[in-house]
Amino acid sequence: MMTTAYTPDMSLITDDVHPALGHWELPHFAEEHELPPRDGAPGQERVIQFREALREAMSEEMRRDQRIFLCGEEVAQYNGAYKVSQGMLEEFGEKRIIDTPISENGFAGMAIGAAMMGLKPIVEFMSWSFSLVAADPILNNAPKMLYMSGGQWGCPIVFRGNDGAGGQLGSTHSWCVEGLYANIPGLKMVIPSNPYDAKGLLKTAIRDPDPVFFLESERMLGDRAHVPAEEYYIPFGRARRVREGDACTLVSWGRPVNFCIEACEKLAENGIECDLLDMRTIRPLDIDSIVASLKKTGRVVVVDQSWPFGSVASETITQICEHGFDWLDSAPVRVNTRDVPTPYARGLEHAYLPNAERVVEAVLRIVEV
Amino acid sequence: MPRETIYEAKIEYLQILDEDGNLDKKLAKGSLSDEQVLELYEQMWIYRQFDEIAFKLQRSGRMGTYPQNKGQEANAAGSALAMVRGTDWVVPSYRENLAMHMHGMPYHHILMHWMGDERGNMIPDGVKMLPLSVPIGTHMLHAAGIGWAMKIRGEEAAAITYFGDGATSEGDFHGAMNFASVMQAPVIFFCQNNHWAISVPTDQQMNSQTVAQKALAYDMPTIRVDGNDIFAVYLAVKEARERAVSGGGPSFIEGLTYRLGDHTTADDARRYRDADEVEAWAEKDPLIRTRKYLVSKDLWDDEKQELLGERATKIVGEIVKAAEGVREPATAEFFDSMFAELPRDLAEQRDSMRTSSIGINPGQVGLSAQPERV
Ligand SMILES: Cc1ncc(C[n+]2csc(CCOP(=O)(O)OP(=O)(O)O)c2C)c(N)n1
Ligand SMILES: [Mg+2]
Repeated sequence: MMTTAYTPDMSLITDDVHPALGHWELPHFAEEHELPPRDGAPGQERVIQFREALREAMSEEMRRDQRIFLCGEEVAQYNGAYKVSQGMLEEFGEKRIIDTPISENGFAGMAIGAAMMGLKPIVEFMSWSFSLVAADPILNNAPKMLYMSGGQWGCPIVFRGNDGAGGQLGSTHSWCVEGLYANIPGLKMVIPSNPYDAKGLLKTAIRDPDPVFFLESERMLGDRAHVPAEEYYIPFGRARRVREGDACTLVSWGRPVNFCIEACEKLAENGIECDLLDMRTIRPLDIDSIVASLKKTGRVVVVDQSWPFGSVASETITQICEHGFDWLDSAPVRVNTRDVPTPYARGLEHAYLPNAERVVEAVLRIVEV
Repeated sequence: MPRETIYEAKIEYLQILDEDGNLDKKLAKGSLSDEQVLELYEQMWIYRQFDEIAFKLQRSGRMGTYPQNKGQEANAAGSALAMVRGTDWVVPSYRENLAMHMHGMPYHHILMHWMGDERGNMIPDGVKMLPLSVPIGTHMLHAAGIGWAMKIRGEEAAAITYFGDGATSEGDFHGAMNFASVMQAPVIFFCQNNHWAISVPTDQQMNSQTVAQKALAYDMPTIRVDGNDIFAVYLAVKEARERAVSGGGPSFIEGLTYRLGDHTTADDARRYRDADEVEAWAEKDPLIRTRKYLVSKDLWDDEKQELLGERATKIVGEIVKAAEGVREPATAEFFDSMFAELPRDLAEQRDSMRTSSIGINPGQVGLSAQPERV
C-alpha cells in the first residue's frame, strides 16, 4: 500500500495581510487645528445643506477613484429618495450610480462581493430601517471577512443612509440602528451631527479599508452650514469639543448633539456652562476626550437617541466608569429614547425622543447650582 | 443518454371585461352576477372618493404620508369578494385599502393609521386580517405561516396576501413562496403589478417577462389577469380559493394594473414618468369600464350615479369625522401596549416620564408621580 505524505505549501500562508490596505491610498488625516476653519470668512461663507455635503464627499472621491460606485434603491434616476445623490447619475453614468431592485439583502451582499473584487461600493439604504432585511451580509459577512480569512480579505465598503426617527414614519421605519449594530466587532461607525463633519467624515469613510457604517438623519439633511470647498478628511475616533464649560460634560453624537447645543444655551442663561463633546464616530469611541473633560467637570450626561438597554450610552458610561471613575462627583446620567417602539403620532414621537428640555433637566439634576 | 426538454410552461392571461366595457360572456361563466357587479362598482366608487379625501387631508396637514390606491381598485375589490369574509385571512400591504374595508376593517381605522395613531391598526372582532404592512415583502411570510397553521388546524379556509411588483425582488418573497409550496399551504399570493416601484419601472426591477412566471419555480398554479377587470380578478381568485380549500395548495395571481397616483404623497411621479403613459392607463380605469358595462346592461344611469355621489360624500365625511374625533393618545400610554403585564422597569420609566433618565423615580427629584399627559 502506498501512502502519500502531505506536504503543505507554506508559501500560501503569508504575513501579507489586508490587500485592501495596499490598494487604498490613505489620505493625510489632519489634526483638528489643521482642518480648514469651520466658519467661512465673513461674506465668504459657503453655506450648503447636509445632503450636499454628503454628495460633495462622494463626488470628490468618485472623481479621484474609478473603483468607487454608489448603489441602492432610487439613487440614480430619482436622484435619491432624499436627494442626496442629485445629479450624480448625470455626472458619473449608470455604471457607477446604480439603481437596484428592492432587495437590500441582494444589493448589500453583492456589493460585498464587489468590494472583495477590488471595487469600493457605497451602499445607500433608503433608511437604515430597511437594512434589517440585509442583516446577514452587513453583520455576518462584511465585518468578519478580514477575521475569517485570517487577515487576507478585507471588505472596504461604506453602508450609509437615514437613521433614527424621520418624523412620523411609525415604528418600523424609525430605527436607530447604532444600539444594535455598534455591538458587532469589525465595523466602524460614524454618526455626524452637522454638514461640515459630514463631508470630512464621509470622505474618510470612503478611503477607509474596512467596512464603515455611516448613519445620517433625514431630519438633518436640510440643515445648512458653511462647508469648505477644499478637500479634508476628519480622522475617526476624535471627538470635537462643541462648547467649553466646567459645570458638566455632555456627550452625544448625531442629531442629539443639536439638542445638546440648544440645552447648553438654555443652561448658560442660568450661568451653567457645559463641556459638550460631539463624538462623531462611536466605533472607535474617543474615551480619552471624555475623560479629559470629566477631569474638569466631574459630571457627565450622555445623550443617545436609541433605546436605553444595552445602548451606546450604556457602553459610554461603562467606559467612563472604567477609565474615569476617580473623577466622577456624581453618577453618570443618560438620556435615551423611551423603551418602546417609536410611536407614530407627532406628540408621542417628540416625547419619546431625547430633546433639549430633557437634557437640561438631566444636567440640572446633577450640577450644583 | 437523453438530452431533452423535461419541463415546459406557459403563462395564461385572462381578461373578461375590456376597457370599453365589453364582456366576454363565455369567459365570464362562473364570474360575477349583476348584483355583485353593482356592489363592486359602488364599493370602488366610494373608495375612490375616500382616496381623494385622504390625499387632501395630507395636503392640508391633517395626515402624514399617504399612499394612494387610485387605479388599483379592481384588484382589491374583485379579490376581496372572492374570499370569504370572517373565514379567510387577509394579509395586506398598503395598496389594498378597499380589500381591507370589504373584509371588515373600518375606513376610519385606515385613516387613523396614516394619521399616526397605532390604534388604527386594531382589528375588529371577527375580522381575519393582519394590519397593513409597509416594510416591503416581510408580510408574505406571515401569510404563508397563517396558511400553514390553517392546514394544521384543518380549517376550510385560505389566506390571501397582497404585494407589489417591486416586492418580488425581496428574498422574503421567495422564502414565502417556497414555504407555502413545500407545505402546500392554502395561500393566494396576489401581486399588484402596477408597473412602478416608486420611480423604478418593472423592466428595471426584473428581467422576467411576467411576474406570474416567478411562481413556476415553486410549481404553483399561476396566472396573469387584467387587474382592472373585476370579472377576471374575481374569477382567478375564486378558482385559486377553491383549489386552496380543497387541498390544492397555494396559487399565484398577477393582477396587471397601474398606479394612477404618485407613489405616496411624498412623491411627484411627473418627474420620472410620461404623462402619455398615465393618460393611456387612465382610459383603462376600472371604474370607467365597469360603469360602461353596467350602463350597457341598463343597470346604471346618471341619476343613480348622482345618488351614489351624494352617498359617497356623506360616507366619507363621516369617516373623516370618526378618525379625527378619536381622543389623541396620551404620552405615557405608549407603555401600555408593551407587554401583557407591564414589567417593573417599564413601570418606572412610565412614572418617571417627567425626568430624564430611566429608573429615576420622580419623587427622588422632587416631582409628583403623575404620568405626563399631552
Ligand atoms: C424593506 C423595505 N425596503 C424599502 C422600502 C421603501 N419602499 C417603500 S415602497 C417601495 C416600492 C415598492 O414597490 P412595489 O412593491 O411595486 O409596490 P407599490 O408601491 O408599487 O404598490 C419602496 C422601495 C420599504 N418600505 N421596505
Ligand atoms: Mg409597484
